Amino acid sequence: MKNMILQCAIIFGCLTFGELIVHLTGIKLSSSIIGMLTLTLLLQLGIVKLDWVKGIAEFLSANLAFFFIPPGIGLMLHFDLIKAQFVPIVGATILSTILVLVVTGWVHQLTRKNNGVSKK
Amino acid sequence: MEFLRNETFLIAITFGIYHISKLLQKQTGWILLNPILLTIALIIIILEVLGIDYPTYSEGGKYIEFWLKPAVVALGVPLYTQLQAIKKQATPILLSQIAGCIVGILSVVFIAKALGASKEVILSLASKSVTTPIAMETTRALGGIPALTSAVVVCTGLLGAIVGFKVLKLGKVKSPIAQGLSMGTASHAVGASAAMEVSNKYGAYASLGLTINGILTAAIAPYLIDLLNL
Repeated sequence: MKNMILQCAIIFGCLTFGELIVHLTGIKLSSSIIGMLTLTLLLQLGIVKLDWVKGIAEFLSANLAFFFIPPGIGLMLHFDLIKAQFVPIVGATILSTILVLVVTGWVHQLTRKNNGVSKK
Repeated sequence: MEFLRNETFLIAITFGIYHISKLLQKQTGWILLNPILLTIALIIIILEVLGIDYPTYSEGGKYIEFWLKPAVVALGVPLYTQLQAIKKQATPILLSQIAGCIVGILSVVFIAKALGASKEVILSLASKSVTTPIAMETTRALGGIPALTSAVVVCTGLLGAIVGFKVLKLGKVKSPIAQGLSMGTASHAVGASAAMEVSNKYGAYASLGLTINGILTAAIAPYLIDLLNL
């Protein structure tokens, strides 16, 4: 991966900008999402070149799920809370997740066909 | 025994077990052997057996978790590469996001209520599909239990990553764009990471899904819950 330092500087620069916005405005968004949109904007405006961040972006997004392991292990802290109302919590989460997946997909497929947006 | 509480050891076993879990899934092909789920389960068992509590594990784990935020920032790259295609279908994307957001909140609230959950628990589930910081803030605003939300958010993410594409296939959601969007909308960054494994294009739409649903949920959930008058 060439120029790791520049790549890290850009990613952490965008994240810091996100943190700053959250700090200044108290907006109920995560700093990482603001950072993501900032990076997209900088790339779109040509201020940041794709080559400058490509390597680290591929590395980070390919391993995103791995970074979720520690908060996942944090589940052990809440076993009691979940056990107390296991059926409603687990049942509602599973059914609702299935509904969201299918409904989001279907609404996109249907509206895309109906409003005549070109397919390619 | 004291050495087992060493943070470097805890980081090393996280990498090691994840690597072995990945090999194991490759060998068997069982979806339930999802490497993330398996690693989480195995490490929890190891910690219980060794008598190590979560705050101690977290001394090492926080260095891994730390990369979660920069990794979400990095999703800006696939988003950028698909920007032209996204602009062309802004309307269907937005409509599907609004539908996904509202269905996500209403369905989990009503189902939990029907299954006998307490009000506090119901409020904690409302924002389960969005990324942890937004979900916890939303729960705080609603008057739920943020710790429960964070646990449910992790489970929702894993659930989407493990069965998401199977559900979409069964539900006849075929277009790659719709599939990517759905993964991010339903299961935030974990869903997006599963989508990234398919291709950059899927990953881009999943990033979009997690972003828009995050914003919409933070904006809509408090009003929607008020209307419901639970």
